[in-house]
Amino acid sequence: MSKPDYLLFDRSTTAIVFGMQTAAIQRMLDFDHLCRRQTPSVAAIVNPTGAPGFHRPFFGSREVMIPIYTTLAEAAAAHPEADVMVNFASFRSAFASTMEALALPSIRTVAVIAEGVPERQSRIMAAKARELGKVIIGPATVGGLAAGAFKIGNTGGPPDNIVEAKLHRPGSVGYVGKSGGLTNETFNIVARNADGVYEGIAIGGDAYPGSRLIDHLLRYEANPAIKMLVCLGELGGNEEYAIVDALKDGRITKPLVIWVTGTCAKVFPTGVQFGHAGAKAGGAAETADAKNAALRAAGAIVPDSFDTFGDKIHEVYEKLVAEGKITPIEAPTPPPMPMDYAAAVRQGLIRKPTNFISTISDDRGEELTYHKMPITEVIEREMGVGGVIGLLWFQRELPEYARRFIELALVITADHGPAVSAAHNAIVAARAGKDLISSLVSGLLTIGPRFGGAIDDAARTFKRAFDQGLTPAQFVDDMKARGVLIPGIGHRVKSVQNPDMRVTIVKEFAKRHFTATPLLDFALDVEKITTSKRNNLILNVDGCIGICLVDMLSSCEFTPAEINDVVQLGYFNGLFVLGRSIGVMGHYFDQVRLKQPLYRHPWDDILYQ
Amino acid sequence: MARRAIREYDAKRLLARYLPDYLPGFSYPGKIVLVEADTDWDRLAADHPWLLTDRLVVKPDQLFGKRGKHGLLGLNLDFAGAKAWIGARMHKEVTVGKTTDKLSVFMIEPFVPHDQDDEMFIAIRTEREQDVIYFSLQGGIDIEENWDSVVQIPVPVLGSIENVDIAGHLPEFEGKDAAVAFIAALYKFFIDLAFTYLEINPVALVHSTVIPLDFVGQVDDTAAFEAGRKWGELPFPPAFGMHRSLEEAYIRSLDEKGGSSLKLTVLNPQGRVWPMIAGGGASVIYADTVTDLGFAEELACYGEYSGNPTTDETREYARTLLDLMTRRPDPQGRPKFLLIGGGIANFTDVAKTFTGIVDALREYKTRMQENNVHIYVRRGGPNYQEGLALMRKLGEELGVPIEVYGPETHMTRIVKMALEER
Repeated sequence: MSKPDYLLFDRSTTAIVFGMQTAAIQRMLDFDHLCRRQTPSVAAIVNPTGAPGFHRPFFGSREVMIPIYTTLAEAAAAHPEADVMVNFASFRSAFASTMEALALPSIRTVAVIAEGVPERQSRIMAAKARELGKVIIGPATVGGLAAGAFKIGNTGGPPDNIVEAKLHRPGSVGYVGKSGGLTNETFNIVARNADGVYEGIAIGGDAYPGSRLIDHLLRYEANPAIKMLVCLGELGGNEEYAIVDALKDGRITKPLVIWVTGTCAKVFPTGVQFGHAGAKAGGAAETADAKNAALRAAGAIVPDSFDTFGDKIHEVYEKLVAEGKITPIEAPTPPPMPMDYAAAVRQGLIRKPTNFISTISDDRGEELTYHKMPITEVIEREMGVGGVIGLLWFQRELPEYARRFIELALVITADHGPAVSAAHNAIVAARAGKDLISSLVSGLLTIGPRFGGAIDDAARTFKRAFDQGLTPAQFVDDMKARGVLIPGIGHRVKSVQNPDMRVTIVKEFAKRHFTATPLLDFALDVEKITTSKRNNLILNVDGCIGICLVDMLSSCEFTPAEINDVVQLGYFNGLFVLGRSIGVMGHYFDQVRLKQPLYRHPWDDILYQ
Repeated sequence: MARRAIREYDAKRLLARYLPDYLPGFSYPGKIVLVEADTDWDRLAADHPWLLTDRLVVKPDQLFGKRGKHGLLGLNLDFAGAKAWIGARMHKEVTVGKTTDKLSVFMIEPFVPHDQDDEMFIAIRTEREQDVIYFSLQGGIDIEENWDSVVQIPVPVLGSIENVDIAGHLPEFEGKDAAVAFIAALYKFFIDLAFTYLEINPVALVHSTVIPLDFVGQVDDTAAFEAGRKWGELPFPPAFGMHRSLEEAYIRSLDEKGGSSLKLTVLNPQGRVWPMIAGGGASVIYADTVTDLGFAEELACYGEYSGNPTTDETREYARTLLDLMTRRPDPQGRPKFLLIGGGIANFTDVAKTFTGIVDALREYKTRMQENNVHIYVRRGGPNYQEGLALMRKLGEELGVPIEVYGPETHMTRIVKMALEER
């Protein structure tokens, strides 16, 4: 289905989009929806740095699957009907991808969006396109659109503007200009002063655009559906003189309203670079004033300033209507545009209950926060691991001594040799060839009532007794009557005469820094009773840490209810798990580094029955 | 930005470095040094001993030509003479054409005696569909008067210099073969180093030695990603007579940092019309409209922000402009006009960019009141209702007159409104 030469886009035109520009693709499909196109205008996406697959933008209110290819050749082979490439490649790679597209027989038009393509590359692309009878729009452009039919990338802005500027159905005006932003502005002007554009193209602000103003004006001249031409020129270069020539020799006969911008340059000092690379007058003929005068002399309709650009368009339109050359059309009502969820939320139009709640950290702002404290402050104030645990576990800033005490607990619990169950399990798993996480977890899974649980248990048991107002003797008797060992009491080798230095350190720290140590004092009284029965029934390190942690919380002004929560929810066990993970991972690395083979337990160590 | 003028020093440095790659057997020794106010002369002489033995040529290297005509060419000097010559001119104001500026950068190279008859003119220019090589046997400052002697050799943009019959274009003269080879080599140098314009006038070829006496060059800075490695450290000095203020330099640094575009040139700090415009195309039209309505002398600046800048970027941009605008009230107590304008954006988020501007306006509330600032806003595009609402709300608390318009109002109508108010 070949189109006439003057027509680049119609309602069945589809494009290959080069680059994973999901927002632009969505805008294209939103436009399609407003135009009531039957099929989306994006046939395929080329994402050279990604993986093949599908992208799922909305087409109206339902999602469609658009295939993603990693090469243009594959995309073009699979979608021979797509004759436009919208090239979002960067200024570095725009040249190579555009040249590749031009060489493909199925591609007829390439829109090059990138700004900053080297001049020589632009000139080669333009010359190549001309040689092959193809069209390049850009570089350094937003693209363009055919109203009610097809739109390149972000042209025309959001859906409300599409409808506002009557771009969802064709008008009678052919527009071409350089600037992308002004193209949208002109769509608006044309919609307000005439019946809207039929097609509008921004050729880009570079010195050597792939196609020129005159190229598009001549297409519009040839298109019977277009009744009047509107153009915005710019100082610099001699593009507009090609239009002057075409007016003079009759190649342009339709009324042309044109304004060349840059009349201010005459009052500027030399060397001011305007927003566009090509906007720099190299001589008297390249000034805006000279071009406007030449165009006016050649028969174009040139306003006195941009301020009356719209008025001139209106005059010409009214004249064409009066002459019967344009019949005012009734704009079809576009289908309702579904609103994006995010936009609706932002505007406060919809709400929904959340599924999750989180109070400990927030990654949404400029900076990550741990319980409202920015991470830089956490570091600057040297909160340390203890401080971070305070923020993330207890939602408060712990005093310096408490941070140090938590770190002390982590240091003490970090490891206890290779023979304990966590380390042993991890070693066996590591030797079975399992990875770090598996080995670590197999070790951690042994932590429970018999191994490592003593910190929590001791804290709970002693606290309960203390809160009930039992005397140390009553507590010991009570436990004995129930036939339960007191958690946190007793050590395999350490004794009164051979004290555990770790316990000494923990005790001394608590005594020196905490405001009071009521539970530790209670526990030491209990120890006096138990050690009087047997020498090794001392307050062991797990018990001492658990009990001192309770005193630490009181010292830090946790309420009794908060302390109960901490003790019941297993925070202290968490400290043990955290600390011991250091050691367990150490054992894993140790085994792997030493290349230890699979472990098989010897038969003679098992009693077979 | 695209075409940037480079110093003669750099153009010759590049020629010396790369010409041998294209033209084996020819030599251009590239003895050349740059002298600035802080140059250590002893060190310079130690690094370049030829300065002490050769006869020297000295001239300013600040992107303007016709130095001989302006008496800014020191010929056949020794080292002490060159030093004295520069010393007498450093920081002196000179007027070239209509532009006056201070001399600050000079170059020194050996004085090479040669026959005037050997002086050729070579230039290369780009056009849309071809490059054009210009050549004349009558090189020198009077080339414009001898333009009839200039031959033009077109090279199509898809073509190759290998397929161009250079010799066929040139008249017969002694040493023609060498000139043809040099032209072909120079053209390749031109392409590979991303020049957009080059003029060596005059240049002499003497016994396979290239003597470029005056070299004007422009490169395409967008090609830096390809040619930058060959360029090495290649500064783009501002045009002679053009100075960047601190504020302009700051906006430039923001512009170079991000993917968006931020531009600011102060034209007249006493001007009362301050456009703060979104969009490369729209910004020109706002400046045009001020000019077309006859108030060019009141136009304080030209600038633009575009390419979906961040809130931070527009805040900094607006702060810089507001600071400049509110330094002192108009001596006659007349109002100043801040035009926050722009077309209908395609993808720039109006609410986001306006949020930054609103922050800055709030910060400069008192100074704007003191300076009798009136604000006009006109904008459209993504989230423009939200952006305009921000501005209207700000108006209630600012104590500065502010009028806010959307796409329903013609883009430049606010210029007229402001200027009619005056």
